[in-house]
Amino acid sequence: MSPMRKTDRRGFLKGGLSLGALSLLTGCDLTDNEPAQRLLWNMSWWNDRAQGWLFNPNRLAPTYPESAVDRVFRYNAFYPEDQAPVLDPVTYRLELSGAIGDKRAWTVDRLYQLPQTSQITRHVCVEGWSRIGKWSGCPLRIFLERVGADLTKKYVGFICADGYYTSIDMPSALHPQTIMAFSFADQVLPRKFGYPMKIRIPTKLGFKNPKFVVALSVTDDYPGGFWEDYGYNWFSGS
Amino acid sequence: MVSVTQMRRAWPIVLPPLVVRITHWLNALAIFVMIGSGWRIYNWEPLFGFTFPVWMTFGGWPEVSQHWHNEEGLAGALQWHFAAMWLLVANLLIYIGYGLTSGHFRRTLMPIGPREIMRDLRAALGGSLVHNVGERNAVQKALYIGVITVIVLTVLSGLSIWKPVQFQELTAVFGGYDAARYVHFFCMAAIVLFVVVHVTLTALVPKVLPPMITGRSRRWR
Repeated sequence: MSPMRKTDRRGFLKGGLSLGALSLLTGCDLTDNEPAQRLLWNMSWWNDRAQGWLFNPNRLAPTYPESAVDRVFRYNAFYPEDQAPVLDPVTYRLELSGAIGDKRAWTVDRLYQLPQTSQITRHVCVEGWSRIGKWSGCPLRIFLERVGADLTKKYVGFICADGYYTSIDMPSALHPQTIMAFSFADQVLPRKFGYPMKIRIPTKLGFKNPKFVVALSVTDDYPGGFWEDYGYNWFSGS
Repeated sequence: MVSVTQMRRAWPIVLPPLVVRITHWLNALAIFVMIGSGWRIYNWEPLFGFTFPVWMTFGGWPEVSQHWHNEEGLAGALQWHFAAMWLLVANLLIYIGYGLTSGHFRRTLMPIGPREIMRDLRAALGGSLVHNVGERNAVQKALYIGVITVIVLTVLSGLSIWKPVQFQELTAVFGGYDAARYVHFFCMAAIVLFVVVHVTLTALVPKVLPPMITGRSRRWR
């Protein structure tokens, strides 16, 4: 998503950091002193719980025919398209950490040899818009099983080459439609949509679908997320 | 043929019981927050060629929002919307449950039919409709039944936008995700229209306001 439309996003990142630094210096944490903020954060935490209960691991997101696919798919990130990272398939590695048996890093070649499945599903953005697209790749469940991940852990966290990060609950990670997407619209995943790999989760909002994923962890320690740490609802299920 | 006045006298005067008064004001609060935050959410991806002025919306001032949320006010609006929805729905369920089981709906909203609505509408437009505390004419009844139905529809269309996978059958009833957003918008517009009429009429006939707070009326005593 691109919440900062009219203004320079990187400037705000810096501004946010300096404001954070200021609150550290003065010892004044506005979050703790603001009852309304606390109430809203608690309600968002409650909404995470409620959505966890509502989530049915066997419930598939609706799928659509090829004819329904949006030909021009919308680009969206916290930076303009021409600043999207360019990852070299030769040097790229997917690093693994946390409760995973085989933590050896994965190359693009090895990833792309994994068993793949396709889906035509609706990408729903937290901003309100939606687009139907076609993604193909390996079900995350198959990957997690193959690397010997502890599937009883609570979270799967992702770190991206563009500084983005997010995390999801284990039931959503194991959902049959949650995939490591390697291609979009029958083409190798384009740079702007996260080459060489993005996580496609049709049961979650768009910002829970990280692009340019370079690290994956399985953990019980809440990893948070880029927008989640700014107050966007963490579960954000569809 | 019975005259309007005679029919009115035959109806019992019903002043709002405590449950109705509490749920009324909680509902007013919930609707206020839901619409204010909903406008801010709408502004992010407008369905039509206009946006709502920021000062009319919930979600924090853009500068403040940048501090909290690193953006100009979507996260705050979503937090308000998804917090107030619990109040709205819980309160609505209590109100409807009470209305159906206690006979409150039957006493206050029935009987109603197209003929009564036309008759009272004509009387109201002609300026000859008598309005007394604790009584509802057919136009009022139709408006109340209408707004309760619309609020229920707003909740259902909202659920189908919030959970288009888990509640996909419901989303399909509204014509899919994108269509449900329009339904949600028009339901909001209908509620706003109702609130404008409702508040205007209360301002014109202020004696109906105290009973909704105290449950008493001088005439009733």
